[in-house]
Amino acid sequence: MEQFVMIFTSTGRLTTSPTPRVCGVVSSGNLEVLVESGDAENSCRIDVSTPAEGFRDIWKAVLNDFVERQPVGGLHVTINDAGATPAVVSLRLDQAIDAFRSERP
Amino acid sequence: MNSKTVNYFEASARTRITCLVDTDSFAEICPPHFRHTSPHLARLNAPVAFDDGVIVGRATVAGHSVLIASQEGKFNGGAVGEVHGAKLRGLMERALDERPVAVLLLVDSGGVRLHEANAGLIAISELMRAVLRTQAAGIPVFALIGGSCGAFGGMGIVSRLCAEVVISEQGRLGLSGPEVIETVKGVEEFDSRDRALVWRITGGKLRRAQGEATHLVDEDVHSFRSKTAQLLGAYAEEKLKPAGLAGLTEIQRQLAERTESYAEARDGRIIFQVSGFTDLEAVALMPIDAFNRQLGEAL
Repeated sequence: MEQFVMIFTSTGRLTTSPTPRVCGVVSSGNLEVLVESGDAENSCRIDVSTPAEGFRDIWKAVLNDFVERQPVGGLHVTINDAGATPAVVSLRLDQAIDAFRSERP
Repeated sequence: MNSKTVNYFEASARTRITCLVDTDSFAEICPPHFRHTSPHLARLNAPVAFDDGVIVGRATVAGHSVLIASQEGKFNGGAVGEVHGAKLRGLMERALDERPVAVLLLVDSGGVRLHEANAGLIAISELMRAVLRTQAAGIPVFALIGGSCGAFGGMGIVSRLCAEVVISEQGRLGLSGPEVIETVKGVEEFDSRDRALVWRITGGKLRRAQGEATHLVDEDVHSFRSKTAQLLGAYAEEKLKPAGLAGLTEIQRQLAERTESYAEARDGRIIFQVSGFTDLEAVALMPIDAFNRQLGEAL
């Protein structure tokens, strides 16, 4: 398992601050994403735990795109990966943000 | 989400809960951000899940209070580890304090999580005892089975301890799974790749015909919900009650009898025959309501 933390600057913020949300399942080729409120207002902290070692540059690229795409300032995102492809990671991250935005589970 | 269009087999453990209970009524206990993950998997350097593969909480179904647990079959085959098992057992113990109308177990599991060895085995045995204790206190436990992993190993036993077993045709219930039997006894004994055979031996229709399952429902979550709501109504009005010691002893006697009478049966076909189905080829294609009608007439 490879574990690392990446911190990104992001000034965009979600207007609501609802309860933590989880999206996806830890199964082969999939991942789960937990989104909750973080400590720092203008940054987004992302914790990654992945069984595929040596892909940190690709993670950085995928997460960079995500941070540019979504208003994630003040959020703490935690990822339990089980070998998902970059496209699946991007999809789950967006789904998790959508779930975090909405009032309903 | 419209529960009529959601397929129970395909749905995730969380979606099953959302579609089964009354809108916005679910409150999760030990939610994912508590991060109660498995210490055993972490030690083995294997991926962990925030909820350790089971979601527990309280909700209402058609206005009836329930405690509910849903296993995620896609995380390690829904297998029961130490944390996973403790969440299930804790839910049963909570039922004794809160006295809901019933506890719902959305089973989707191959049994004990072998990575966790004794801790998993102990968790399952504690769960069995907790189910019996909860039912002895007059609170029924319902097993709902319709996920890809079915209900096998320890979770097969737990399911059969439950007052009601609601299963879909896709659902499977058994002790040793087909692959395990094939590995141990050889392909001549059980060909696990023969899907028709697997379902004739462990599938929902066969289990309903045998009486191992108490109700057979359609594949959509709505069918599971309406059957559950109907049963909750009956238990709330005390038209139905979980079996006491005398009832369990009688069931045990009937099971012993059944073991003898089916001792020579090598295939599920004979069970369908005894249950009154004449056209055995048609059983697999029979719609659920027609199957239930036929069974109602035969039993």
